[in-house]
Amino acid sequence: MYKILEKVDYSDDVYMQVIEAPAVAQAAQAGQFIVLRINEEGERIPLTIADFDRDRGTITIVVQAIGKSTRQLQTLNAGDSIANFIGPLGIPSEIENYGTVVCAGGGVGVAPVYPIARELKKAGNKVISIVAARNKHLLLWEDKMKEVSDEVIVTTDDGSYGRKCLVTEPLHELCETGDVDLVYAIGPGIMMKFCCKTTEALGVKTLVSLNSIMVDGTGMCGACRVSVGGETRFVCVDGPEFDGHQVNFDELMARQRQYLEQEKISYDLYLECRGDAQCLA
Amino acid sequence: MKKTEIPRTAIPEQEPKVRATNFDEVSLGYTREQALIEASRCLQCKKPKCVAGCPVNIDIPEFIKALEEDDPAEAIAILKRKTSFPAVCGRVCPQEDQCEKLCLMGKKHEPVAIGRLERYAADWEASQGAAAAPEVPARKSRKVGVVGSGPAGLTCAGDLAKLGYDVTIYEALHKPGGVLVYGIPEFRLPKDIVQRECEYVESLGVEIKLDHVIGRTMTVDQMLDNGHDAVFIANGAGLPAFMNIPGENFNGVYSANEFLTRANLMKAYRFPDYDTPIKVGARVAVVGGGNVAMDAARTALRLGASVHLIYRRSMDELPARREEVHHAQEEGINFHLLTNPLQIIADQEGWVEEIEVIQMELGEPDASGRRRPVPVEGSETRIPVDTVIMAIGTRANPLLTKSTENLELNKWGLIVADEHTLATSKEGVFAGGDIVTGAATVILAMGAGKLAARSIDRYLQGQPLLTAEEEEEIRAAEEKATV
Ligand SMILES: Cc1cc2nc3c(=O)[nH]c(=O)nc-3n(C[C@H](O)[C@H](O)[C@H](O)COP(=O)(O)OP(=O)(O)OC[C@H]3O[C@@H](n4cnc5c(N)ncnc54)[C@H](O)[C@@H]3O)c2cc1C
Ligand SMILES: Cc1cc2nc3c(=O)[nH]c(=O)nc-3n(C[C@H](O)[C@H](O)[C@H](O)COP(=O)(O)OP(=O)(O)OC[C@H]3O[C@@H](n4cnc5c(N)ncnc54)[C@H](O)[C@@H]3O)c2cc1C
Ligand code: SF4
Ligand code: SF4
Ligand code: FES
Repeated sequence: MYKILEKVDYSDDVYMQVIEAPAVAQAAQAGQFIVLRINEEGERIPLTIADFDRDRGTITIVVQAIGKSTRQLQTLNAGDSIANFIGPLGIPSEIENYGTVVCAGGGVGVAPVYPIARELKKAGNKVISIVAARNKHLLLWEDKMKEVSDEVIVTTDDGSYGRKCLVTEPLHELCETGDVDLVYAIGPGIMMKFCCKTTEALGVKTLVSLNSIMVDGTGMCGACRVSVGGETRFVCVDGPEFDGHQVNFDELMARQRQYLEQEKISYDLYLECRGDAQCLA
Repeated sequence: MKKTEIPRTAIPEQEPKVRATNFDEVSLGYTREQALIEASRCLQCKKPKCVAGCPVNIDIPEFIKALEEDDPAEAIAILKRKTSFPAVCGRVCPQEDQCEKLCLMGKKHEPVAIGRLERYAADWEASQGAAAAPEVPARKSRKVGVVGSGPAGLTCAGDLAKLGYDVTIYEALHKPGGVLVYGIPEFRLPKDIVQRECEYVESLGVEIKLDHVIGRTMTVDQMLDNGHDAVFIANGAGLPAFMNIPGENFNGVYSANEFLTRANLMKAYRFPDYDTPIKVGARVAVVGGGNVAMDAARTALRLGASVHLIYRRSMDELPARREEVHHAQEEGINFHLLTNPLQIIADQEGWVEEIEVIQMELGEPDASGRRRPVPVEGSETRIPVDTVIMAIGTRANPLLTKSTENLELNKWGLIVADEHTLATSKEGVFAGGDIVTGAATVILAMGAGKLAARSIDRYLQGQPLLTAEEEEEIRAAEEKATV
């Protein structure tokens, strides 16, 4: 069992948990993820390592509740435990001094961008971050990003905070100057797709972190496969980071929809019965 | 009645129509009476051929004699000298290609049902409550790490624990058992049997650390640096192969590993009581002809689909166990033999709609001696399906090997280990099971686990590892001593 040490709700749907997992924390690096399972009946869900503390032996995750498992996880608080917590998985980000790097995070995608930005900054890069969300309410970790960036640009779709625009607008402006050496874009599939369209036109290399459906996270099942440069790759072991200009995002997004029907059944049943063991049985 | 006149005893099974709708074990096992009759068929050969057919050389006539004398406790003791998991081997060994293939009775009549008798003895033991752990010698301070809890890892760990070593198994998944738990379905190998075997190994003092991915959570080099005096790598060959034909990434295309893992390990067949979903649809195509393909096909059938099995050679070459093929046919799987997929076709939304196949005919024998299937021009057809399951084999998963320094691999990415000692190119590191042989069998993996335990024991005592000749000598000496 893995104990939850802290839990903070950022909004109704987004929350942060700090989980005790010393072996994972010991090896964790920026860009990697974990797989967790809440209980015996639970599914294995992948979540990015948003932060880690080797001395305390903890991993921080930031989660958006969008279905049964993420909603159920949200009900667990400091002191509660989860059944399984596996990691760190995936290949760590390659941290070097590239020069100027733009780190764009959309929605909960800001959390996984954070440790990458921090390491890039440590390695001597000039880090310009774009923190994007649909509205002010959903905006995440602006403060934390400020600590590790030379400059932070905030955008919201509805203009409730920061600039009223999509993340691609400041990204385009920055890349147009010709001063950007590398872009990191992490967020929903559609956001990454359009970030890549923007940067490809301007010839700026862009790394994305893909969130395909996974089961084991160790290369054993192939559920997470995606086409990159016309070749099939497994996101969990070959990624999760890839050259965004090579990724077939339409395929990725289609594959993410594979279980919509069942996810809805599972979620509705959960909401109906929340906490009521008899109803669930 | 003369022994040779007694027919081979049939094993009671669930009716095909009934079992096609449930996940309970197909085969029900012999009753005591049936076991007594079947055991009495054994000729007790002086030079038993059957023993040579068993990869771990079980003393077959001896254990059968004990059963004939209605002494299952003695039978199980004899079995356990060579196999750690008779309940598993009795169920899943390809007996018709091993022990039973060479049985003398099989020359003119039907072979003795060795596997079923082995299973009977093991199930009798299980019915007596948890097996008592044998006295384990005082703890030796040397520590051994085992990677993977499949049959190879569990066997090696158990044997080393019996010798008094401090053994820890590191398992990537959240349940121990390897393919026995994530691959082979409940209806062929009930999961409580696997759990029992794992608990037995733990009762010997072995610690099983789940959720530990070696190569990520910790590397083999770190294991050696952090107090492990030797390491046995038994991480299986779990990397699903695809055909590289167009359409394999459409929604509704699974690898057999994914399909079976969802169904078995994650219990998706009990969705929504269990959270993991599985999507089966009304019509399923399974590509392949091995045990894995049969398991995927029969699982899909039990989830309500009509199933088409597509295999490029003929019935004679089908590599799956005969019994499984027979069961699959009885249950109503449609076999499309001498048929090969060309592409998978999807609808507008990217969901599988059809699979295009071509007829094959057998041409000249290839390197493996089997006649090579060649496509018949112009024979393309399409089969409408909702789901395609690729069961064409597995390859070596590079996750662990890539992260280990100085570990020699062959061109398929399998670990190179000495055939007789299982020593690898790396000091103190041994390897066995599917990661060395490529996808093979449970009993071979178990045999490798035993061999590794012996090598590791010698290594830790500073004795030279056994060469083939030395091993032969010792075996001969042992035989003399027991006569
Ligand atoms: C490498 C990686 C890192 C991720 N990091 C984060 C993160 O830091 N924060 C966060 O909020 N989310 C993250 N996700 C997404 C997260 O895993 C899914 O939101 C979660 O699994 C949804 O489960 P659910 O039962 O709540 O919702 P469901 O209703 O089951 O699913 C909602 C959607 O989530 C996706 N999904 C469902 N099951 C899985 C699965 N087993 N694996 C992957 N995706 C799935 C599907 O696209 C689905 O449509 C990450 C995904 C990956 C692959
Ligand atoms: C569906 C299916 C049906 C089969 N049917 C039969 C049959 O009827 N008869 C038969 O004899 N054989 C059968 N086999 C083959 C048989 O199961 C295998 O040959 C055997 O299990 C190999 O044993 P192993 O111990 O080498 O590896 P595995 O059983 O594969 O176990 C390896 C273990 O290592 C773990 N692991 C992997 N990587 C790591 C890592 N990096 N760190 C930690 N742990 C790791 C895995 O999770 C797994 O638990 C079948 C195989 C499959 C897939
Ligand atoms: S272990 Fe397998 S091969 Fe050996 S005797 Fe038993 S069933 Fe036959
Ligand atoms: S070969 Fe057949 S008949 Fe002879 S001892 Fe073995 S099982 Fe018995
Ligand atoms: S999640 Fe199973 S191979 Fe990637």
